[in-house]
Amino acid sequence: MEISELIEKLALIVALFGVTLGIAAYATYFERKVAAWFQDRIGPDRAGPFGILQPLADGGKLFFKEDFIPANAEKWLFIMGPGIAMFTALMTGSVIPWSTDLELFGQTVALQVADINIGILFIMGFLSIGVYGIMIGGWASNNKFSLFGAIRASSQMISYELAMGICVITIVMMSGSLSLRDIVNTQHGMNWNVFYQPLAFVIFFICSLAETNRAPFDLAECESELIGGYHTEYGSMKMGFYLFAEYVSLFTSSAVISVLFFGGFNFPGMDNFDGNTLAILGVVAMFTKTFFFIFVFMWIRWTIPRFRFDQLMHLGWKSLIPISIINMLITGLVIAFNEGWFK
Amino acid sequence: MSLETITTILGGLTIGAALMVVISRHPVRSVLYLVLTFFLISSNYILMNAQFLAVVNIIVYAGAIMVLFLFVLMLLNLDKDSEPKTHVLVKIASVVAGGILFTVLIAALKDGIALGEAAAPSAQNNEGLVQNLGQLLFSKYVLPFEVSSVLFIASMVGAVLLAKREKQVID
Amino acid sequence: MQSLSNRKKVVSNKKMTFLEKIYLPAIFGGMWITFKHLLRKNNTLRYPEHTREFAPVYRGQHVLKRDEEGRENCTACGLCAVACPAEAITMVAAEREKGEEKLYREEKYAASYEINMLRCIFCGLCEEACPKEAVFLTDRIVPTNFERDSFVYGKDRLVEDINNRIDITKRQHTGKRTEK
Repeated sequence: MEISELIEKLALIVALFGVTLGIAAYATYFERKVAAWFQDRIGPDRAGPFGILQPLADGGKLFFKEDFIPANAEKWLFIMGPGIAMFTALMTGSVIPWSTDLELFGQTVALQVADINIGILFIMGFLSIGVYGIMIGGWASNNKFSLFGAIRASSQMISYELAMGICVITIVMMSGSLSLRDIVNTQHGMNWNVFYQPLAFVIFFICSLAETNRAPFDLAECESELIGGYHTEYGSMKMGFYLFAEYVSLFTSSAVISVLFFGGFNFPGMDNFDGNTLAILGVVAMFTKTFFFIFVFMWIRWTIPRFRFDQLMHLGWKSLIPISIINMLITGLVIAFNEGWFK
Repeated sequence: MSLETITTILGGLTIGAALMVVISRHPVRSVLYLVLTFFLISSNYILMNAQFLAVVNIIVYAGAIMVLFLFVLMLLNLDKDSEPKTHVLVKIASVVAGGILFTVLIAALKDGIALGEAAAPSAQNNEGLVQNLGQLLFSKYVLPFEVSSVLFIASMVGAVLLAKREKQVID
Repeated sequence: MQSLSNRKKVVSNKKMTFLEKIYLPAIFGGMWITFKHLLRKNNTLRYPEHTREFAPVYRGQHVLKRDEEGRENCTACGLCAVACPAEAITMVAAEREKGEEKLYREEKYAASYEINMLRCIFCGLCEEACPKEAVFLTDRIVPTNFERDSFVYGKDRLVEDINNRIDITKRQHTGKRTEK
């Protein structure tokens, strides 16, 4: 590998890391603002103009709090839990294509950290590993509420991963590739998957709500029943990591939704541009879609009350999975028909 | 660093993690080491350019099956006092049985090494990539593939039957 | 029974229709409602910068008034203490000496006058009982404190400053007492 390529990738990784963390930090601020708007309030407005320094204040508070480990906790697993949660949340962003290639200093820079040919499986893999952060943290706390939260989270995530995976299979069948860049490229212009697969989109969206542990599926940390769920015993920046990981995965799953169903960096009328203009406009389009979905996630959180756990399981296993399987079968039949198998 | 050094280090780590599965005293730790082992096996797959297999290994084994293992273990009462005391004779018998199994495995692997060197997949071949793997699965290996899926369906039906008890009537 | 609010809804276990079963229309309806709130003006008051205006009849911390020449109105008659349902007022009367005519309006005055703000229920009966228009409740808030003792307000904190009169015209019952 050449040095220039190495530097390029390194810069890309650092940029993605910074952008992801920055967006996650401001998602916490934005969440509180959105909640306030929906409830006819103002929201945080004390730290800086319009309260935009609020994330820094929150971070500072978390850093300077006492770092506490319960006496009967499994010490190393207790420390590992938030780390795993954060790591898996951050890794997902590495395969997402942010835009078309950028021409910089006479070199072509792909705005994607790694274009591996199994990109979507990579994301599914890291989603499924994300459970470990919660499970380990919840178990190592040696607290029954944490354990309840951890068990709820893991059973919920395993259940919804299935329906999610089947929806992804539908999309993969549509585009004929597991690479996210290919999936985006097949949705050129306004040819977005959501118009062909609205049902898969709805199911995928519900599942990603469940996978990110957000309302109405935030049973893993529902304060009214489980105090704080899996992070009951956590404090200081360890707790901050868990909260932060949730917002990082909120950002990445919004990005994944826009890549899979809303054409990623494609936008109508993109054929009129080329080169760097197209790349920059692509980034803008991609981030607009992502931010819209982050907003929708928040919108849902502040609208819909939490499910009961048996309702959650019923919805996952008895509704979403059968519907998505039927959807997949119909899609397969239509694709086979279009390819001329029945003639 | 050459590919061979990386392979050696990875192999050593894999074996070490696998040993820790057996050595750890705490079941939950064993499961976590097993998860680590799966990750290291996946990285070995990646070295052999079998990306699809690596990711599927993580999704299925590390992501789903091991979570269920952990799930069950966390719900168990893992106090040291409640562990059943094993008799010395049982211990000796298990050591002998394990040793015999180990010898058989070594003997089997000894022939395998020579075979494997001839057929070792180099990093350049693309058999592990999705498209080629799909082609292979649905042409050359279509019968084993279908048989294994039938097996899975059978086990699924069995699991559903076991889980679905007849409704109890409360007097 | 006739519902008073006309908002009564009878809960039933009827079978849900298909549209109700898939939940989505109801969810979108809820989201539309919250979205309307997004556009609505908030009614938060930014407290330290802006304070809500008190009602004209607000009853806050007491004041012992002086008359136009700066003499204390209170004659320590004790009617306020008698009227007080919380028994928060105590006072000690004294006779006006020669040369103190500038300080006290009548021959008798309150040497000490204490209101326990923790006992006080701010009912305003003292103000109503007062024949001399001496004690009034104002629109000031009794500040918090950590010590209980500091809530017993003596004359130092109750009598108004000559140069810094406290406006009670909002609550003043005019025409109660005519100037002699």
